[in-house]
Formats: sequence, structure tokens, C-alpha cells
Amino acid sequence: MQAQTQPMIAVHGLAKRFVLHVQGGAVIEALSGVDLAVAPGECVAVSGPSGSGKSSLLRTLYGNYQPNAGQVLIRHQGRMVDMAAAEPREVLEVRRHTLGYVSQFLRVIPRVSAQNVVAEPLVELGWDPDQARERARLMLKRLNIPERLWSLAPATFSGGEQQRVNIARGFAAEKPVMLLDEPTASLDSANRTVVVGLIREAKAQGRAVVGIFHDEDARDAAADRIFTLEGQ
Amino acid sequence: MNFEPLLRVKDLTKFYGERPAVDRASLELWPGEVLGVVGESGSGKTTLLNMLAGRISPSQGRVLYRDEENWLDVHACPEAVRRRLARTQWGMVWQNPADGLRMNVSAGANIGERLMALGQRHYGSIRQAALSWLAKVEIPAERLDDPPLRFSGGMRQRLQIARNLVTGPRLVFMDEPTGGLDVSVQAKLLDLIRSLVTGLKLSVVMVTHDLAVARLLAQRLLVMKAGQVVESGLTDRVLDDPQHPYTQLLASSILQA
Amino acid sequence: MSQAPQYNFAYLDEQTKRMVRRAILKAVALPGYQVPFASREMPLPYGWGTGGIQVTASILTPEDTLKVIDQGSDDTTNAVSIRRFFERTARVATTTRTSQASVIQTRHRIPEHPLTKDQILVFQVPMPEPLRFMEPRETETRAMHALEEYGVMHVKLYEDIARHGAIATSYNYPALVGGRYVMSPSPIPKFDNPKLHMSPALQLFGAGREKRIYALPPHTRVKSLDFEDHPFSVQHWDQACALCGARDTFLDEIVLDDAGRRMFVCSDSDYCGERRDNNAKAKNGPREAA
Repeated sequence: MQAQTQPMIAVHGLAKRFVLHVQGGAVIEALSGVDLAVAPGECVAVSGPSGSGKSSLLRTLYGNYQPNAGQVLIRHQGRMVDMAAAEPREVLEVRRHTLGYVSQFLRVIPRVSAQNVVAEPLVELGWDPDQARERARLMLKRLNIPERLWSLAPATFSGGEQQRVNIARGFAAEKPVMLLDEPTASLDSANRTVVVGLIREAKAQGRAVVGIFHDEDARDAAADRIFTLEGQ
Repeated sequence: MNFEPLLRVKDLTKFYGERPAVDRASLELWPGEVLGVVGESGSGKTTLLNMLAGRISPSQGRVLYRDEENWLDVHACPEAVRRRLARTQWGMVWQNPADGLRMNVSAGANIGERLMALGQRHYGSIRQAALSWLAKVEIPAERLDDPPLRFSGGMRQRLQIARNLVTGPRLVFMDEPTGGLDVSVQAKLLDLIRSLVTGLKLSVVMVTHDLAVARLLAQRLLVMKAGQVVESGLTDRVLDDPQHPYTQLLASSILQA
Repeated sequence: MSQAPQYNFAYLDEQTKRMVRRAILKAVALPGYQVPFASREMPLPYGWGTGGIQVTASILTPEDTLKVIDQGSDDTTNAVSIRRFFERTARVATTTRTSQASVIQTRHRIPEHPLTKDQILVFQVPMPEPLRFMEPRETETRAMHALEEYGVMHVKLYEDIARHGAIATSYNYPALVGGRYVMSPSPIPKFDNPKLHMSPALQLFGAGREKRIYALPPHTRVKSLDFEDHPFSVQHWDQACALCGARDTFLDEIVLDDAGRRMFVCSDSDYCGERRDNNAKAKNGPREAA
């Protein structure tokens, strides 16, 4: 396939099942026979009833969940890497350079300031720490985090503030593939607009976005199409 | 990416009498990687760590360490080689810092000892190196001449880390480094370990029973139960999508604060 | 009339002497290395020089002349007893003159008078292991010597400088022998350490309680441990010896009265006496001293 027409994400026949041994071996079929392709510059909104596997799909794309069947291909530095089969080191490599993930909740690390939280993915990429923090501050400013909070650890921030730090961190490194789990939840309309703006910029840059949006306005503003998961 | 692992372990086993404390454990450790070994007491994780560090000899299996261009069989090589490795390329951080420090000797001497063992003979430079390490581990400079007997637990642990890192080792073994510390002290120590690992590109094998510590510090996890490695993989995958019944039990047992 | 007990020459039986000599040969072959030996029951307790006595007993021949000193003096109780012991059991000639002795047994000093290649110096050693203060385990100290893991010795020196501004060890000062083994030279003052280096005499060390023998063959390099920026240095006195005027010997400080008056005197009584004789001769001309 030509590089230009190669999708950024290609999922074939994805199946994910959970066997809950703690519940006596109860089986949950979270995903079954999922096929999805996302092109560069495209934003796909994943929708479906509660429990239909939206978060599971995102986590599988990220390598956080291990599929039982199928391929999960991500375009990483020109070649397609199957996250389902990749070694842990490779998964980390893809995440570092190519795959950004904004979860629903910020995982709080004690003692690390908001700007260092946001700068971390850049430092991992080899950025000079001062320049990384510079960019981090730009992102925090954009997400309307007041300057007085930049050097504080987010543990004491409100839920909305923590989520905005999370978003700033996710978008700081402009990774080619972005996975967003409810990015506008707990945000006011001004900040929701900021997030939509970030997604649009990403698309304009030829990056691919897959998101779960409960807010229909945000979904309609950002997404090019809707991918629906049937309930299992 | 590096093309060769730093440690290669195949079917490592340790019998105490009839009972296998570690039963056919295999693993690889890559440069710059933190490998967490989790499991409950009696799972064999500390025995495994001690075999990797050359401190206990295995009943079966080999531990291979890549020393420059050569593979070294840690348990087959002469003791002199093992001891030299332990002093230069390796570090060992014990759960109880008193096990890894000279409690009656000043902090400066504790840090400087490895340098002196390697033949450094300039008091002023040794002292200077010790001071700079104290700063790195956030111990106030005026404690340089105090013995760790007079330090708090958290400070002793940070001193132990400094003592181990002063020779720039490539591989550090840690046994419950945050065990027994207060939560806030733990946070400080974890932060320190995180920045040292990334800053110095260390490889670490870390035994812990604390899954939150494992999630924070380790890229990969080995889950041990009754001497066997029951599951292994990317840390967040193992903790968020546990496959083995025991791992599921562990992951679901974490109390939420 | 009871019979006086009969002793083998120098008290020890011949097989024991052979065993000790074998240990001495090993020690000489590995300068500074502590050779274990089967220390015998001696007619005096541990801590009184049993190691030194066993070494001396094993090397004495009827033609030898023996000198025994304790803290530099020939007439302390200890020195007198040991000298008498060998007079009785070996019937060797004894002397207080360093220059006339072929074997000198000593506790805590090296004689000031330079030794020659025809002399043997036997040291009494309480604790032969220089690493013991840091490492109580014998298994560990043996491994440390075998693997040249001597970092801990400099830790001790570092501590001294950190605490006192200078290396505080003033006796039993550890030294590196032939660039290989670190040894404890016995509790001689560090003032005497330079005499160990490249001595033409054979120097033997015996520890009876600890059952170790070690040796410095003639002309062995002995370097006292130090730092580049805190080099080894010996003690100095402002005073000269009150009796003979020497300015370059180890001086003992003697308190004279309750008012605290004191005087400084050479610790090596033979050397001091020799200097006094020379002073008298020089003063009175070539006639005999009165």
C-alpha cells in the first residue's frame, strides 16, 4: 500500500473476552469480530450502549488489553505494528513515539508538578527538559490551567483540572495516533471547545483520532464518522 | 533499540529440601528497563532476586549477564569476578537499609567506600563526590559526616541508594525498596528512584508486593506464586487485564485509598 | 632434692618447631600474608607474648644472642620474664645491646638502632587482622585478603579525617606489603612504620592467641596507607630526650610529680644509654667513661 493511503489504524477481526476467575470463571465477551480502519486526518467517534466495549476497544488499541483474536495494526514510523502480537518493549516504543492515550482519569503521581506531568512524554522522546517544560506550560495555558498551579502536583486539583492536565499531557507530543476516552467529561463549555480545537488541529496535521464522546455536541464537532459497537 | 538483553535467565530453580522455592523461572532483562517481580510472601520473589544477583546459587538453571561483549554465567564464574561485578556494575538495595549500609560510619564514607575500593586515593575528591550524591538523593549536605544510625528510615534508604549508584552501575537489584516506610516518605523515595532510573538509564529488577509501586516504576512485571512465574508482560496490561487467576486475585485485592 | 625440670632446647619439642618453621617459611614466601599455625599451650597466658615466644623458640640456635624488649625497654617485667625464660630453656647468651643481638623479640617498638642483615626481629602481635575492626567474620576477612578488597581500610582513614581533621591512628597503623597484602604491624607506634620498609633484617610476626604468623622478608616494600592529600606522617616532639639529647627518637613522657612536671625520655633504653655513653666519651675525651 502507498504510504499516503495506508491507514493509521487497521483492526481486523478483533475479539476480546474476559474470564473472571474470581467470579468462578464467568466469561464476558467484550468485543467480537471488530473491524475498523482509521485514515490519516480522520476522527472516528466510537459509540454504542453502555458495556458494549468502547473503552475496551481503546485500551486494546493502546496495548493495555490483550486481544484473544485478530490484529490491531498501528502505523508506526512507516510500518504497521500489530499491538496484539508485539513484545512489551515494542508496545512501549510505539506508545512513546506514535500512540497517545488520554484516559478518563489522570493517574496521579505524588510530588510531580503539573508541568512535569505534561512534559514527561516529551522528555521520554529526548526533548531538552527545559524546552519540554516550556511546551508543557503552553499546553496548560491553552487548557486554562491557572499559572499558580503549574508547579504544584495535581493531587489536590479538582476533577476537571486534573482531567485538563491529562489532556494537556496527551496532546503535548503531537503523536500521530490519538486515543481519547471521554475527553470532554467534567469540562465546562469553554474547555470543551479547546479540546475540540485540539482534535481539529490534529486532523489538519494528518493525525488520526479515535474518541469516545458522551457529549454529542463535541462528538459532532470533532468526529468525521461514528463507529458503532453493538452490545454483546 | 538495544538488540541484546542485559540478563538472560532460563529455567532457574532453587530447592530447599524437597520444596522448590523457585520453580523454573525464565526471564530477560533489557537495558534501561525496570522489571518488577510481584507476589505475596513465600512466592519466591526474593529468592529469585538473590539468585539473579549471584548471592544464592541455583539448584538448576543459569543466570547469564552481558558484560561488555561477553556473556557471563554469574554462578559459574570465579567468586572474585562476581564480587567485582557487585561492586562496580551492579547495585543491591535492601529493604532494610541497615543491611546495605555501614551504620557506624559517616554518610560520606558510606558513599565513598566503593570509590576507595576501586583505588581512589584523594580524600578531597571522594568527599566532593559524596556531597554531590547527597544532593542528588536530597539528603542535606550538613549530614555528610553523620552516621546513618542517626538518620530516619527514609533518609537511610536514600543513602543506601546513593552508596550503590556512586560507581554508575548498569543494573540494580532492589528488594522492597519502599517497604516499611511511611506513605509520604515512600512518595519521596519513589520519585527519586523514578528520576534516577530515567536519568541514569539504569536497568532494575525490583521485588515488591506493592502493586501501586510496581505500576509506577516497572515497565514489565513478573507475577510469582509458589515459586512459579504465573504471568508476565507489560505492567499496565498485567494489572488492567490480568489473565491468570492469581494475578486477577492480586489485582482485585488492592485497597483504594 | 627435687630435680629441676628438663626442657627441650627453647622449650618447644622439635616437631612443634618444625611446624612453626614451616609456617614461617610460608609467611616469608608470601610477605604480609597471615599463615595459620597450631599455636601451643605456653607457660604464660594469652596476651603476654605467646606468639612471639613460639616464633623465637623455633628459630633460636645455641649460637644466637637474644635481646627482649617491651615498649623499648629491656627491664620491664615482661621483657625480663621472657629473657629469663630463654636463658633457662635455651641457655643462649642474652644482651640488652641491640647491635650485639642476633634475635630481638619485641613488644610495641622497633629498636632505634638500625638493624643488619644478620638480625631477626620478632614481633609480639595481639590482633593480626587489620580488617577485624570493620569485619568481625573470619570467613569474610579471608575472602577480602584473597580478593584484595581493601576499600574498607581507607574508609577508616576517611572517617578519621572527617572526624578529627587528620588520620588519628597513631599505632598499629596498617600498611600495604609488597603492593599486595595489607597487614597490621602490631601495636608499634606509627613512628616506627618507616623502619619496616626495606629493612635488611628479617621481620617475623607471631600471634599466639589468634594463631597466625606473618613475615616481612628483608628488603620488602612496606607502604603505610594514606590519601594523596593526607599523606602518612610520623609523630614529632618539640622536646629532645632529657637524658641523651636525641631529637629523632620516639620519646616517652614521664610525669615527675604531683605538680605535673614531666620529662621526655627515649623509649628505647638501649639506644638512649648508648647515646649517653657516646656523649660522655665525647665530653671526657678518648679516656674511658667514669
